Parts: sequence; C-alpha cells; structure tokens
Amino acid sequence: MDATQAALLAKVQPAELYEQPLVTNNRDFNWVTDKICRIVETKTPTWWWICMAVALMTASFTGLGLLWLVSTGVGVWGLANPINWGWAIVNFVFWIGIGHAGTLISAVLCLLKQGWRTSINRAAEAMTIFAVVCAGIFPLFHVGRVWYAWWLFPIPNSNVIWPQFRSPLEWDVFAVSTYGTVSVLFWYMGMIPDLGVLRDRAVQRLNKGVYEGGGAIANKLAEGMDLFRKNFYAILAMGWRNAGNHWRNYEMAYLVLAGLSTPLVLSVHTIVSFDFALAVLPGWHTTIFPPYFVAGAIFSGFGMVLTLMLPLRALYGLHDLITQRHIDNMCKICLGTGSIVGYAYIMEFFIAWYGANPYESFAFINRAFGQYWWAYVMMFSCNVFTPQLFWFKKVRANAALVWIMSIFINVGMWFERFVITVTSLANDFLPSSWGYYSPTMVDILTFFGTFGLFSVLFLLFLRFLPLMPIAEVKFVMPQADPHGHHGDQKGGQH
Amino acid sequence: MANVFPKWVNTIPIKVMVAIILIVTAVTLGVTYYATPKYTRVGYAPTQPVAFSHALHSGQLEIDCRYCHTFVDRAAHSNVPTTQVCMTCHSMVRKNDPILAPIRDSYESSEPIPWVRIHKTPDYVYFNHSVHVNRGISCMECHGSVHEMDVVQHTKSFSMGFCLECHRNPEEYIRPPEEVYNLDWERPDTEEFNKEVVGFVHDWKVNPPQSCSGCHR
Repeated sequence: MDATQAALLAKVQPAELYEQPLVTNNRDFNWVTDKICRIVETKTPTWWWICMAVALMTASFTGLGLLWLVSTGVGVWGLANPINWGWAIVNFVFWIGIGHAGTLISAVLCLLKQGWRTSINRAAEAMTIFAVVCAGIFPLFHVGRVWYAWWLFPIPNSNVIWPQFRSPLEWDVFAVSTYGTVSVLFWYMGMIPDLGVLRDRAVQRLNKGVYEGGGAIANKLAEGMDLFRKNFYAILAMGWRNAGNHWRNYEMAYLVLAGLSTPLVLSVHTIVSFDFALAVLPGWHTTIFPPYFVAGAIFSGFGMVLTLMLPLRALYGLHDLITQRHIDNMCKICLGTGSIVGYAYIMEFFIAWYGANPYESFAFINRAFGQYWWAYVMMFSCNVFTPQLFWFKKVRANAALVWIMSIFINVGMWFERFVITVTSLANDFLPSSWGYYSPTMVDILTFFGTFGLFSVLFLLFLRFLPLMPIAEVKFVMPQADPHGHHGDQKGGQH
Repeated sequence: MANVFPKWVNTIPIKVMVAIILIVTAVTLGVTYYATPKYTRVGYAPTQPVAFSHALHSGQLEIDCRYCHTFVDRAAHSNVPTTQVCMTCHSMVRKNDPILAPIRDSYESSEPIPWVRIHKTPDYVYFNHSVHVNRGISCMECHGSVHEMDVVQHTKSFSMGFCLECHRNPEEYIRPPEEVYNLDWERPDTEEFNKEVVGFVHDWKVNPPQSCSGCHR
C-alpha cells in the first residue's frame, strides 16, 4: 500500500465489514477435532439408549404394517376406487422431499462456496439417505407383489417385455435410485478423511495405553472398544493417510460429485412432480408443478435439518459450531422457499380462474372448501404463515421457537402432498364416480413407523460416524486465514 | 504411524470386485440358461399310458389332426380324444394287439385313459385354439413337428416372449388356411408369397393383442 492509498483510506474511513464468524468463541483447530471425535469416542449417553429404544419400537410398526400387507395384499391399505393413490404416494413424496436439503447443502452450496454449509452438511446428507430409504418403502410395497419389484428395472427377460418407459413412475425409479446412489457416494467420500482421524486417534490411545482410572473390567472394555474402532474405521477409511496427493484427489472428486449432483437437486423432485403433472386430472395437470415441488422439497428438507440439528446442538453442546448465523441462514432458506410455495398456492388459484376451465376451477375450489377443507387449512397455515415469521430476527434467535416451527413446516408439507394427491382423485370429472378416502390402521402404522426407522438410522449415524467434516470446518474458521482481513480484525492466536 | 493392516490387504478390494463380477456373470448366465422355459420346458416327453405314436398315425397314415382333436377349430380348448375315438378304428384294426389292451379295458370299463398332459398354458393366460387355427396359425407353430414324433415332446418354450414374437410379427407365421393342418407344408420363400401373407393379415383383420389384458384377462 503506497502513501496515496493510505492517505485516501484515512480520508474515506471505510466502514468495517462485520461478518459473523462460522466458528465462535475463538476456538483452535484441536478443539474442533476433539469436539467432533469425542461424540463417537465417549461413553454412549443415556438419552441415546432411551431414544434408540423408542425408535426401535416405533420402527417395528412399519415392519408390522408391511408384514400385514405382504401376507394379505395391497387391499389392507385404504386405497379404493377412485382414490387409488393414497398415503403411500403421499408418504413417498413427503420423505423424498425431505431428502432434498442434503444434496442442496452438499452440492449447490459447495459450488456457491457457502462456508456455513460445513457444520451441517454431513448430518444433512445422512438425513437425505435415510429419508430416501423411508421414501423407497412406499412405492416398493405399493407394487403389491414386492418380490417382483425388480421388474421395475429394464432387465432382459423371457417375457420379452420392458417397463413402460413412457410412464413418469418408471422415471421415478431411475431418478430416485440415481439420487440415492450419488447421495451415498457423496456422504461416504466426504467422510473418509474424518474416518482416518478417528482411526488414528484410536491407534494413538492404544499405543499410549491410556486405559486407567476405571475398574479393571472398565479399562479392558475401553481398550476393546478402541480395538474395534481401530479396525472399523481403518476399513472404512480405505487407507487414507492425509497425504498431499490424497487431499488433491479428494478435493477434485468432491468437486466432480458436487457438479454431478447439482442437477439432481432439481431433477428428482421435478420427475416426482411429473407423476402428477403428466396425468390429465384437474389440479394435477399444471406446468407450475416442477418448480413448485422443488421449492417445497427444499423447504421441507431445511425444516427437517432444523428439527434434527437444534436438539443435537443442545445435547452435544455444539453452539460454537452451529452458530446463530447457521440457524439464521437455514431460517432464511425456509422463508424463501416457503414464500415460493405460498406464491404457487395462490398462482394455482389464479390460473384455475384465468384458464376458464370449469373442471380446473372446481378442483381448486373443492380443495379449499370441499370435503378435505381441513387438510387445506393445515397445509396453508403451516406452509405459508409459519415461514413468514422468519422475517423477524427475534424469532430466528429463539431456538425453541424455530424448532417448533420447523415441525410445523413438515406437518404442513405432509398435508400439501395429501391435498394434492387425494382431493384431485376424490372429485374428478364425473360426480357419479366421486369418493372419500380414509387411511386404514395399516397405513397409519406403516407411516408412523418410518419415523422410527429414520430415527434408528440417524442415531446409529450419530454414534458411529463423524457428525461434521472436521477439515472443512477448519477451513472456514477465522484462524484458517491468519493474514486475511478477518484474521487481522478478530482472529484467534495464530 | 504404523499401518493398521498388512500390505497384502491392499489387494482385497480389487479381488472382491473381480469376484463379484465373476459371480454376477455366472449367476446371470446360469439363470438365463437353466431357469428360463427354453430349458425348463423344452424336451419334456413323459411316458404315456399307451404307446401312441403320432409319427405312425399322423405322419405315415396322414390322419388329419382334427380326426382326434375334434374341437380344435371350434373351441378355445383343444380336446384329447376319448377312448371311443380310438375304437372307431381299433375295434377292427389290430383288435387283439396286446399293446392296445389298456384301450380295450378303458372302453369296457368306461374309465378314461389317464393321458399325461404335456403342453399347458398357465391359469392366468387366456388362450383360444380356434382363433389361431382359423386364422392361419398351424398346429406346428406351437407344438412342433408332432407328425414325426413317436413320443410327443415339448419342443417350443411357451414363454411369454414366444407368444409375443408371433403377436408382434404375425405375417411371419401365418400360412394359407388350407395348409394349417398340413404339417409338411413348406413356406415358399418368394416375394409374391410374402405379399400374399401381408394381404391375409390385412384382409382377415388379424390384430393379435399385445396389451396385458389381451391374454391376462
């Protein structure tokens, strides 16, 4: 900086740009490693066992429901003419939608260089994969004879027939299986360096022999656990040595995967929306469906991330890693996508009137004021009014309130899928074929059980895998950039 | 830091991958060959209660198929003849031959001969014999050269693909209606004949169903 510039700066006195750091309280690198690793290394907390027991019990409902269905037939669900798509499709779209936040955070926000993604992306990706697992159950068992489900894939067979390639349901098979595969790859590959860290820490403890303090049995047990960790993480880390070329390949592969999965964020729910939009039913046959579904999916996905991350932050004391800035950003994404969804609801009504098609107009008036008006009220109030509260900083700063609202968002998004699926089928062109749909006990058991299944998988993830990408969190710390502007202003000891 | 696993472990992933590829290939080939109707059904030739020879009756003596299978051109089901049909000839021809003793016993006792069924479409398939033979599909398209068999055997796969191959290209299998029961007929390989067959398909409104409900009613 020469003298002229210095003089100019002194004269202008530029305002200091304050950016809230992504890791607060001036933590050092070692603290981050320790914090994240200790989640899986310390003794299993009591709340984990309680949650696991409850989750397993709830998950058994799904098992029971599916057993009932397979041994009896699809008739045990509440599906009947004219409503042949009921909760099964509602639940499928609901879970798949939740899965969308994972890819958005890991791929789109990665390409956009959003530093705040780092402390939530691992958990969001895990959530995505487990949500896809839950989603897949419903169409899989809806086929009826689930042992023939492999016919969904184009495999040459002695019947010389192929799946119906013109059907969006078949596109779903490819969209969802691609999405599941890429999400698993992304998740696993991102974990490799952290698995290496966990392995090395176990090896270090074993070499030092730090098993003292407890009784003889407790010490032996701790050593045995570390032996297990050493081998378990060594297998999963696939020989990761933290070498320069490992990191170079890793970064490149991560970027390539991010590029590959970015279109998937848009394509999967677009294709899911085609299940409806390509039919000629009033209320389904609209071009607004793809963008509206994608926005809704991201909306519900971020709702679920908030639902999961806020309790975790409190339970594990992660306030320095998941800061108010993270919560603010997630709330703002909910606000943005929730507003798009609200706009779509209103625009659908406008087009129904503007299009001057009596069936279309009826479909929408029937949605709001017909036999399922209560579902519409639930949907509209949860999805349109709830996120609007996120305009207020005070609301966003109240973690308990944000958590409750995130649950409202997902309740509302479930009702959205219910309204779309059921109202259009129940009252279509011919009044003589109208009907009313109610779920059966089996529907209810199967659906609520999936929350248990999801929780079981997520709890296992918490206990055995690194919750956050350690290295990536370190990249975005003020200390990682000691010579930069922020480092000068308020960076830690470097 | 010392390695957790010895060096040879590095080769495990590639070995596992090669093993998976080999196993998947072997299973695919095995299933394709051993678990499809081409293998499971073709060649089935059970011993019948009476050593009836189609080669003799239909081949040498040139008895028309419909002499015994009387309903084939009038009903969905093609019947197996009753003992009485056998006795129309065998009450006079070879009337004391010991090989025909079961026929005579059956005729006297009115107990039908327990012929062993060879060709069977599954319960969920609707198949009509009459519509096929009356529109130029010969017996042998499905049953093979029965007139050359001493013991009848299953010669075609009867898989769904087998049905569909003809339903998709009927002009390749249709013959003039008067040749349907002539199992020695040879399809002329001429441009003129091919045109004629296409004409049959058009004139007779042959429109074999390819939709699911065409056969799975």
